Amino acid sequence: MEEGRSERTVPSRRWSDRKEKQMPRSEVDWPNEVTYLQILDADGKVDEDLEPDLPKETLIKLYKTMVLVREFDAARLRLQRQGEIGTFAPSTGQEAAQLGSICALKDSDWFVPSFRETAAQVWRGAKLENDLLYVAGFEEGMALPEDTRDLPISIPVGSQVPHAVGIAWASKMRDEDTVTMCYFGDGATSEGDFHEGLTFAGVFEVPVVFLNQNNHWAISVPRERQTASKTLAQKALAYGIPGVQVDGNDVLAVYAATKEAVDRARDGDGPTMIEALTYRMGIHTTADDPTKYREESEVEKWRERDPIDRMRVYLMDKGHMDEDDDEAWREEAKKEIKAAIERYRDNVPDDLGSMFEHTVAERDPYLERQRKELMDYWERAGVEVGH
Amino acid sequence: MALELAEAEKGKTETVEMNVIEAINRAMDDEMLHDDTVLILGEDVGKDGGIFRVTDGLMDKYGKERVIDTPLAESGIAGTAIGLAVNGMRPIAEFQFSGFSYQAFHQFESHAARMRKRTQGGITLPLVMRMPYGAGVRALEHHSESRETYWIHTPGLKCVIPSSPRKAYWLLRASVRDPDPVMWMEPKYLYRRGKEEFEVGPDIGIDPLPGALIEQEGDDVTVVSYGASFQVAAKACETLEEEKGISVELIDIPVLSPYDSETVNKSVRKTGRCVVFHEAHRTLGMGAEIAARITEEEETLFRLEAPVVRVTAPDIIVPLLTREMAYLPDQGRLVEAVEKVMDYGS
Repeated sequence: MEEGRSERTVPSRRWSDRKEKQMPRSEVDWPNEVTYLQILDADGKVDEDLEPDLPKETLIKLYKTMVLVREFDAARLRLQRQGEIGTFAPSTGQEAAQLGSICALKDSDWFVPSFRETAAQVWRGAKLENDLLYVAGFEEGMALPEDTRDLPISIPVGSQVPHAVGIAWASKMRDEDTVTMCYFGDGATSEGDFHEGLTFAGVFEVPVVFLNQNNHWAISVPRERQTASKTLAQKALAYGIPGVQVDGNDVLAVYAATKEAVDRARDGDGPTMIEALTYRMGIHTTADDPTKYREESEVEKWRERDPIDRMRVYLMDKGHMDEDDDEAWREEAKKEIKAAIERYRDNVPDDLGSMFEHTVAERDPYLERQRKELMDYWERAGVEVGH
Repeated sequence: MALELAEAEKGKTETVEMNVIEAINRAMDDEMLHDDTVLILGEDVGKDGGIFRVTDGLMDKYGKERVIDTPLAESGIAGTAIGLAVNGMRPIAEFQFSGFSYQAFHQFESHAARMRKRTQGGITLPLVMRMPYGAGVRALEHHSESRETYWIHTPGLKCVIPSSPRKAYWLLRASVRDPDPVMWMEPKYLYRRGKEEFEVGPDIGIDPLPGALIEQEGDDVTVVSYGASFQVAAKACETLEEEKGISVELIDIPVLSPYDSETVNKSVRKTGRCVVFHEAHRTLGMGAEIAARITEEEETLFRLEAPVVRVTAPDIIVPLLTREMAYLPDQGRLVEAVEKVMDYGS
């Protein structure tokens, strides 16, 4: 098996292997195909026959966003270690899986993230300072721009899957030409919500793309312990949905597979699930210590398959960038992050009463009484934000 | 091998100083030694030792068959725990945060709570559902709630919340031995705050789950609390005693369901005043039940010298980390509330 191909080694699950002990049976014909796509190999060499037709500007924007988000993870980690912001889940190692897929959406399409999609969120226009506000512990960072078609991150694992199906269903009911893309990880495919969501998607043939980032670890539980299923993609088949695997660290393969799935959904041909094989190169969140449960040698192997390195080789081979560009873009990213940190710091709110906002539309008089009691107390006792 | 060595420890007792995490770990360890049908299952409880390290070392000691890393599926954890309990095991199931226990809600409500009734006592479920709860540790959304009301409101479930290392040790062991499903909520705010020294050992005597515990006797006012809030209340009572000369009768109710109102109401008949202090929301929080049971009992109601006061978190979603400490009821609010009931009518 090729490095990075994710399949569980399982004993045979075929009934026919025990034929001598069974009543004779006839076979059922069912769609049992799972394909795998790679376009850029681990060294960044492109398979020219499969190379998608992406304009130079898009390719460069993809690369720059990958670099920006990688640097942003590093910057957030520093801020977290200094105590300025709270827990967050880094994207490091998964930039190609997120960006190769999200770039296949139109602005008018819907984006339903899990909690590790910073790269995809940034592509959709999320502001870094808002992310910082949120992880620093201010609800203000969650405010959505008008007319957005992005859902907020979803922390309870897999719980967003049925929402994406509902959104796509509404698009179908309203005859809208939009597609919904839903992100989730390998662990999520064990949750009931995943299975219920895919069941509905299959039955109602809604225009949704399920983008599974199989990063091989659900905190401490490795992919092969998460499910006895040989691949995750095949889970979709059970719901009458095509399931495909792609090299998730190959931005071109992720794009090509997603584009096909998005087109399929837009054409009214129903949902697709894509299993993007990638790797969580670092911590689950800043509250996690992976040395407790996984070998550094495994991480090392995946470092050699780094999605950013691969894309850099590709872009250089194509003559789209050189070392100087790389250096300049990295500096540009750092500057952008620094400016975002400043904007976030300049906008740190200092009020407490806003915690009572956005509970329900009306102002419940009893809740208003509680607000007043608390605000009076905070004033008397000198309680402040961050206290 | 490790287990054979551990078998030799069985009769031993020792006095150890522990924090809440260590006490819970030790309680499970001793209970697993004491009873080989006890097992642990949950997400990241094995190799990782739990994300808060509560089950640290237990997989090495008892093996993967008794300390089980499950797939990421809470309804699966709860549902299989029920099945394990039906068939002779005593599972301790961990839910990583109480905020992620809701994926398993219907297993708790539709099955764990009802099996005894639905089999007319034929099948009972000795199982413990462990879950960290509460605010104050700079956690993410869904990680800071105090929603014990869900379990208290469900007949057939018990709900237990410890407030100190010693109680965590004793009450968890009692919960494992209890014949019915126990929703066991761990105040993560207290996990590493403060140690206590007490006697432990696999075969030491363990009392069954208690009623309300009078932690400090007093004459002027009854203060009722539990969990992480109890420790805040205990500090407030010191202040009230020392600085204001108010004699507080402080009651911990680690077993929220079934709730022992007899002990609390008796105390209120003595003091004539009651303040409830908890970090759960106000509406239908435990304080509502405590106040209702006081007022529905004439002999207690007519001894009241002031209205029962609830000091709680407000009825809003727990704010993110920069505002969560302001959201949490603190010592100052309890002190003010006690002073208010003391001054009532004067």
